[in-house]
Amino acid sequence: MSGSGRNARPVVEGLFDFDADGVRLLMSGCAACGADFFPRAPVCPYCAGSDVADVTSAGTGATLWAWTAVNAAPPGYGGSVPYGFGVVELPGGVRIVTRITVADPAALSLGMPMRLTVDPVGIDDDGTEVVAWAFAPAGGVEGRA
Amino acid sequence: MRVEIAGTGLHTFGRHPETSLAQLGATAVRAALEAADVGRGDFQAAYCGTAYGGVASGHRVLGALGLTGGPIVDVEAGCASGAAALQLAAGAIEAGRYERVLVFGVERMPKGMIRSSFFEPWVEEAGLSPAPAYFALRAQRLMRETGLTKQDLAAVVVKNRANGVLNPDAMFRKAVTPEEVLASRVVCDPLHLWMLCSPNDGAAAVVLERGRGRGVEVAAVSLRSHLPGSVLGEATPLSGIPDDDITPPTALAAAEAYEKAGLGPEDLDLVECQDTDAARELLACAEIGLCPVGELPRWVHEGAGLPHGRLPVNTSGGLLSKGEPLGASALGQVVEIVAQLRGEAGPRQVPGASVGLAHTIGRGANASVTILKAPARP
Ligand SMILES: [Zn+2]
Repeated sequence: MSGSGRNARPVVEGLFDFDADGVRLLMSGCAACGADFFPRAPVCPYCAGSDVADVTSAGTGATLWAWTAVNAAPPGYGGSVPYGFGVVELPGGVRIVTRITVADPAALSLGMPMRLTVDPVGIDDDGTEVVAWAFAPAGGVEGRA
Repeated sequence: MRVEIAGTGLHTFGRHPETSLAQLGATAVRAALEAADVGRGDFQAAYCGTAYGGVASGHRVLGALGLTGGPIVDVEAGCASGAAALQLAAGAIEAGRYERVLVFGVERMPKGMIRSSFFEPWVEEAGLSPAPAYFALRAQRLMRETGLTKQDLAAVVVKNRANGVLNPDAMFRKAVTPEEVLASRVVCDPLHLWMLCSPNDGAAAVVLERGRGRGVEVAAVSLRSHLPGSVLGEATPLSGIPDDDITPPTALAAAEAYEKAGLGPEDLDLVECQDTDAARELLACAEIGLCPVGELPRWVHEGAGLPHGRLPVNTSGGLLSKGEPLGASALGQVVEIVAQLRGEAGPRQVPGASVGLAHTIGRGANASVTILKAPARP
């Protein structure tokens, strides 16, 4: 993990958690239509059903579906640039918007196996590292595993 | 009830740091009222499209011209704000509520990447907000699924910038080569700087009235938003599902507009569509039904959207030449199409143009599709 220091704080509560065992996306599953979605919500965005249960995903089996690099800091962002940005597909087809730990689009390819991790996006005034969920190539990328 | 456009006006889109929102809007409104030969008290209501204008933008604009006591309603619907204002106005006339309505759109845009109240602050803090990155992912997918290349995207920029040379109201009026486009810096791969439109300032205005068969007819104005599921849709969700069978809002709006107008893509003589980035123009062409998505490479190679091509697209120069003042952008397209349908587009004139379609889509999001028809020729 690139930024999982003990004092790291998630950039937002309730979307992902992380500890020594790894990182998990906090998702919901709808009993009525069977869809999984992220982030969690009390109502299913696909069928408006309210019989939704908590689902967690460790990102196992994720593959890369779309990717680019952001080369200049967008408004409100204090982390480093360039950084990778894209979409991964989880088994079952759910697509997740995510940071990608590799900022070189040429080093990535469609369907590449990806693993869930966290990525630093800034540092609080008290020195606490702030992290967001991110995906990294599962096999590493040459020179920047 | 037939709704017609009695006159249009514009404040040139561009960088106007010294010009207030009220001045921008008043310039366009005054021009539209003059073109329609309508006095400032001769409309019963006004609708103002703006996204960043703030409280009572429409009142500020019309206040600069002298208030008349009529209702003034601001409409915010992202990039479709001007079209939403047009739809409300046309609907009010169709319903018999008003005889004549003023519609305008006005914007003074923040510079560079747009900070949006659309996202919660943590989304920006996490780096998940930049619009060009989403455009890039959409472009990458379109290229992957159709075989479109960066050269094809550059060809769209070259076309629109060449059209902009002929439009005195465009911000960029210099032709560019494909090599220059591809030499501009990469903002978010595969998109280079010149493949992206620039946010800027401007205003556009239209006077609508109950028609008598002499003016350009508003045959349809449709607005639709997203169905759930498309992770790269302008609704900008954090997750989605396989979406090949999910109809995007532009296609929904186009289908509705074609039905209302009793027309189809084959009846169009020109199109102004959302070229926020070069790939978005091509995706829009497919979603509007001009060309199957898989045939977009051929569409580009045949020069279908060129001024003398099968169906000219963005004869105004598009947002790539004009820049994008959000609230004014949809009505800016209407101004161009009205000029074309009246045969008043000068060097940009599409010979014999009688039906035009305008399209916008933006983050949020609404897609708008407006179809305009020339009056029957004597
Ligand atoms: Zn459901």
